[in-house]
Amino acid sequence: MNSSLDAALRLQNLEVIFSDASGVVHALNDLSFELMPNEFVCLIGPSGSGKSTILRVIAGLVEPTSGKVKFNDHQSHVGLVFQKANLMPWRRVIENVKLPLELEDRPDDIIQTRAQELIDLVGLSGFENAYPHDLSGGMAQRVAIARSLIQDPDLLLLDEPFGSLDALTRERMGDELLHIWQARRKTVLMVTHSISEAIYLSDRVLVLSSRPGQIKQVLNVGLPRPRTPEMRYLPEFSTLAHQLRDCLSEEQICPPKMSSPSDRSSS
Amino acid sequence: MRISAPKFTGVFFMSKVQPAANQQKKQPIKRLGTLALSMSLGLLVWHLVAKWLDLPAFILPGPGLVWRRFLLSMSDGQLLRHALATLSEVLAGLFFGGLAGTILGYLLAKSPALEKIIGPYLVASQSIPIVAIAPLLVIWFGPGIISKVLICSLTVFFPVLINTVVGIREVPQDLRDLMHSLRATPAQTFWKLEVPAALPIFLGGLRVGATLSVIGAVVGELVGADRGLGFLINVGRGQYDTALVFVAVITLAVIAISLYSIVLLIETRVLSWQSWRQKAL
Repeated sequence: MNSSLDAALRLQNLEVIFSDASGVVHALNDLSFELMPNEFVCLIGPSGSGKSTILRVIAGLVEPTSGKVKFNDHQSHVGLVFQKANLMPWRRVIENVKLPLELEDRPDDIIQTRAQELIDLVGLSGFENAYPHDLSGGMAQRVAIARSLIQDPDLLLLDEPFGSLDALTRERMGDELLHIWQARRKTVLMVTHSISEAIYLSDRVLVLSSRPGQIKQVLNVGLPRPRTPEMRYLPEFSTLAHQLRDCLSEEQICPPKMSSPSDRSSS
Repeated sequence: MRISAPKFTGVFFMSKVQPAANQQKKQPIKRLGTLALSMSLGLLVWHLVAKWLDLPAFILPGPGLVWRRFLLSMSDGQLLRHALATLSEVLAGLFFGGLAGTILGYLLAKSPALEKIIGPYLVASQSIPIVAIAPLLVIWFGPGIISKVLICSLTVFFPVLINTVVGIREVPQDLRDLMHSLRATPAQTFWKLEVPAALPIFLGGLRVGATLSVIGAVVGELVGADRGLGFLINVGRGQYDTALVFVAVITLAVIAISLYSIVLLIETRVLSWQSWRQKAL
């Protein structure tokens, strides 16, 4: 059986070259990988390796220079969560969550019900009518996650969503994200800088090389689900963390691993 | 949340008028009381200065004389007629200048190429004081209302234009990306993102424009007119009726302050989500 047929998303030989007044930047080069339905995958790599660019290409914000982005289902919605919560300051919490459905011109009562559901899901009941400036960083990011879920997207793209939060909030948000992911069964692709976050959350971790970005290594995280905070202290966890750290810090030692779909399905 | 740092793609529009000055919120009664106190103090000083210096009334009339002149000009309908003439010029100028400034400002904000072509002319036109071209406009369009409305429109046009450009350019790119990723149509992006995001800065421009429009009208009327408060000032000066000049000047101030306050009121209403700023002050 060829797994790539069922992939929720396939990136094929993606190449992105930016050019502006200051010169040409080769952001991504011949990048291929795929995401299986309901899979939680983290992207990790040195700064400037094009992690965000990958998400932006998938979300349709950046046109790839060459290569393809293929969704299994052409109707798929993509939910995008930015590094900053990126809320509209003039909209109340619930109005921010409603925005994506408003743009689809759905009936008001449906929008209202769904928005309230998601606000409850991310634990912000009671804050529906607050303005973004009244929220903490973690709360704002929850609103952003609720907003990204309201269209019921098949694929959730998270660009370092917890990057600006303190360590404790960050771990709690990670647990909540897993909880939402398990309740809603989404395919998730998340960019992170944190090795332990990547291992704790994902089924697979994709390690990117520095620019131009390519998949350097794929790490399968065999930890059982549901994940619990205690798993961070398991020996398997530290082994994986070591592997990831080595791969990130000593690029030359870690042999580049081919990442085309055929290779992976045969391995 | 922080609004991301402004990105200026243009060359010419780097300045902006700050949005709503966020007046401190005292109780209205207390505020009115303070206002009344400061005004009576001013009147008292004026009265004393006029009395002690004992200047002839055509140089410095006292507040009592000005008040009597005010009542007189009210009773013969003169003041109201001229004030209404000026007010309609000001409002028409605010409307046409504001409309033109908004439309052109939006187009310029959207097209840096257009800005490069038109920008130099706009900047050049602003380096010419309106006082200098007012006579020209009166020559071309006559002493009637048209030349005044044109002068007002020209004075309103620029601050509204600049603030529209800056307001639209300062819409955070992240929010534009969000709308794009949600497949928003251009109309949706305009109404749901650009309008609310640019509104604070835009209204700041309109507020400045409102007071400038009054100046424009008076300049036009002083140059050549058959009605309006500027005309009344000319009449008063010609007849050494200095009290009448005072009446006209004070009426002008009342018009300008009222317009300013109306725009400010609209600002605080529309921008209630910015209430945190008022709280912080």
